[in-house]
Amino acid sequence: MSIPASWFLVVGALLFGIGAYGVLTRRSALIMFMCIELMLNAVNLTFVTYAHALRDIGGQAAVFFVLVVAAAEVTVGLGIVVSVFRRRNSTSVDELSEMKG
Amino acid sequence: MASAALLIVLAPLVGFVVMLIMGRQVKEPTAGWIATTAVAVAFVASVVTFFALISRSQHEVTVNLFGWLDVGTLHVNAALLVDPLSMTMCLFVTGISALIHLYSIGYMHGERDFNKFFIYLNLFVFSMLVLVLANNLLLTFVGWEGVGVCSYWLVSYYFDKDSAASAGKKAFIYNRIGDVGLLIAMFLIFRTTGSLNYVAVFHHTGLFTSSVATITVLALLLAATGKSAQIPLFNWLPDAMEGPTPVSALIHAATMVTAGVYLLVRMSPVLALSSSGRMSIAVVGGVTAFVAATIATSQRDIKKVLAFSTVSQIGYMVMAVGAGAYAAAIFLMVCHAFYKALLFLGSGSVIHSLSGEQDIHLMGGLKKYLPLTFPTFLIGWLTISGVPPFAGFWSKADVLGSVYGFSKFLWVLGLITAVLTAYYMSRLFVVTFRGTERFREVTKGHDPHESPWIMTAPLVVLAALAVLGGVLDLPWIHHDSIAGFISGSVQPVAGVASISTSAQWVLAAVDLVAAVVGIAAAFTIWRQTSPWPSRYESSFLERVWLWDDAYDAVIGRPAEHAAAFTGEVIEPRVIDGAVIAVATSVRRSAEGTRKVQSGLLRQYALAIVMGMAVLVVYLLTRSW
Amino acid sequence: MIAATYTIPDVLIFVSASALMLVGAVGVIAMKNPVHCALSLIMTFFGVALAFAVQQAHFLAAVEIIVYAGAIVVLFLFVIMFLGVDRSEDVNVEPIVGQRPLAALGVVITVAGLIAMLAHARWVTGAHSATTGGVPTKGGNANIKELGTSVFTTYLYAFEITAALLIIAVVGAVLLSRRDRLSRAEELQEENA
Repeated sequence: MSIPASWFLVVGALLFGIGAYGVLTRRSALIMFMCIELMLNAVNLTFVTYAHALRDIGGQAAVFFVLVVAAAEVTVGLGIVVSVFRRRNSTSVDELSEMKG
Repeated sequence: MASAALLIVLAPLVGFVVMLIMGRQVKEPTAGWIATTAVAVAFVASVVTFFALISRSQHEVTVNLFGWLDVGTLHVNAALLVDPLSMTMCLFVTGISALIHLYSIGYMHGERDFNKFFIYLNLFVFSMLVLVLANNLLLTFVGWEGVGVCSYWLVSYYFDKDSAASAGKKAFIYNRIGDVGLLIAMFLIFRTTGSLNYVAVFHHTGLFTSSVATITVLALLLAATGKSAQIPLFNWLPDAMEGPTPVSALIHAATMVTAGVYLLVRMSPVLALSSSGRMSIAVVGGVTAFVAATIATSQRDIKKVLAFSTVSQIGYMVMAVGAGAYAAAIFLMVCHAFYKALLFLGSGSVIHSLSGEQDIHLMGGLKKYLPLTFPTFLIGWLTISGVPPFAGFWSKADVLGSVYGFSKFLWVLGLITAVLTAYYMSRLFVVTFRGTERFREVTKGHDPHESPWIMTAPLVVLAALAVLGGVLDLPWIHHDSIAGFISGSVQPVAGVASISTSAQWVLAAVDLVAAVVGIAAAFTIWRQTSPWPSRYESSFLERVWLWDDAYDAVIGRPAEHAAAFTGEVIEPRVIDGAVIAVATSVRRSAEGTRKVQSGLLRQYALAIVMGMAVLVVYLLTRSW
Repeated sequence: MIAATYTIPDVLIFVSASALMLVGAVGVIAMKNPVHCALSLIMTFFGVALAFAVQQAHFLAAVEIIVYAGAIVVLFLFVIMFLGVDRSEDVNVEPIVGQRPLAALGVVITVAGLIAMLAHARWVTGAHSATTGGVPTKGGNANIKELGTSVFTTYLYAFEITAALLIIAVVGAVLLSRRDRLSRAEELQEENA
């Protein structure tokens, strides 16, 4: 209770922003994934902050589930990256532009 | 009497329908006989109705057929108005039509579309009778349009000839321009009096202001110039000679072209309201008579001479109407029907004998080959030239006498026209029937033969009528004659000076002198036809005072240019351009929008982030 | 703002946790070598775990390290090594025109807006939440018990479904990454050839 919740919320927002910038800027699929993990962590931080401030355990339960889903998502996502790499020999997402109009 | 009146109109209609249904199943002369019988029945019915009418005390009977239009304040019935004016018209229309139908059976022998001719002709007679017998302006208009359409069909009877097709169109279009006048008149009359029924309108003529009355009269004049071929809408009539000769005789001499005069006479109570309107009518008539007569002196085609003669004679009738001499106009109309039909049918006989040749340069000396046509044509010639005791003399004297009291200038114009009339008709007569034979190449050495009885019998009948027609209105029985008969149907015009009987005789003598002068001049000049005395012909006159060329230059060419401009410039650039521009703009915008789909993942993610930014800003501003 | 009753040690802990997080995050987005990025990510996770622990979410702090840093990042490193993409990526060239400035703009606006909104709503009001996740509130120290009770009672459906999700994910991953089996006849051909 000592640190005001607002400080953690600001840090969380900054973390989210950095993660977003990374997703937009990096070309390698793997590194984009890592940036997405950053964003998810920022959200988790916010949840926990509010759970602590509002004395609601539901916030932590949400983090619990986000964690599980993030794990599953990484699993499947990396499987896709591996398949794509096998075909194209490159992880750059810029080359996956066959859906252009 | 009502059923007799109905039969007048119904008989030709039945003939038309019967022939239409039977189509090609009837062989050649049968259709002609059906048509002739139908019109003859109509004539008999007219006679019966006529006698029934004069035996009554009241001279105006309405025969109601059925209610037609009932819209708001407009109530129009299909009804017939049996009165002296309409019965006079019916009698001579049906009578002459019957004779011409009979003549056509012989004239149209061997034509490819024999049945079609009679179908149209019967429909025409029906329309004309509807026009004449209608008791309201709208039904008259129906008949008006009907005769216009039939005229178009019959003029373009030889439709595979370009000139015939064009002539038909020209006739119809000129008629249509005149119809605008009739429509405007109908609108004004309805607006002023609230009805289109003649009897009702004539009771309420007091509701007209003088300017509205004048405009109405001028609109009616426009309609009459279109239908009756007066200046400025007269040059369709010579072109309409492309139709077969019986058509020219019936439609363009005796009946349809008189419809305009009939309309003006019928609307005499409205005409009485506007003296400037009547003066305009008289001037139009007089000038037309004069101009047409000058043109007729230089024509080469036998039918064109008669066509311009028709225009000129109707000019006389219109002039008489303008002068307020309605009875004289109707008298001239009836006599004109007799002798003009006679002349046209006679010329048809001549053309028939020369295997279709119509150029008078290639005629001459036909007197001994056409023993029946020649004397009947002679009678027609004398009548139209104004030689007593034939009908033409009396009718012309009547008209000129009335005009003398109205306007001296118009009387002088009419007199000069009378001289010219005698001149050009005599020219025609002399060149065609007397003198040297110039037709040998046309007939390839054979002698021309007289026409069969079926064609000469009507000629004889018409000749008799031309001789005796004068009795309809001899000056000394003026009140018991046609004039007195008709005066019940027309509104006399106040303020027209009537001339004394002795003055009338003097004027009649002057007319006789004019006729003699014209005939003598023609005989002197045209006795010798080789070499052709073309000094006395003028190409300016022959080309209708260059009237057609003037219309072409002022109206025709600009319209063509406008049409070409519209077709070549406006259509591809503006209209097509607008449509194509819409398509092009859609395509361009689609191409532009397509660039959003770059296929690049990071750009899509950027779009999401930008959207998020917008959302955040929006929420921020909203909560403030 | 709630009445500030923080002490120096609290501030120190906060600063170190935040530093770990933010430096690690910047490292992830800035490093050229993917392996270096993964290591930065671990640093971030440690910072996050520290922040969790400070806010009395002890179980989550532990799980964060175990699952995220211990499993997910390891998986990342496996894939990086396996595919052999640990060579450096060229960070200086940006092929898409305007991507970097626009990305920066969008992100800055979003983050600034978020912070502004939070500030405007006075952060946290300090009132206790109306819901409790189904657990009677206590002082705040029996964290695991509370979390467990909440997950297995109030959020039981979500728990079961996420369990199923995990299984599906595993199956999916296996399917995605296997090579096509040759048919028996082709295998024999290959052996004889």
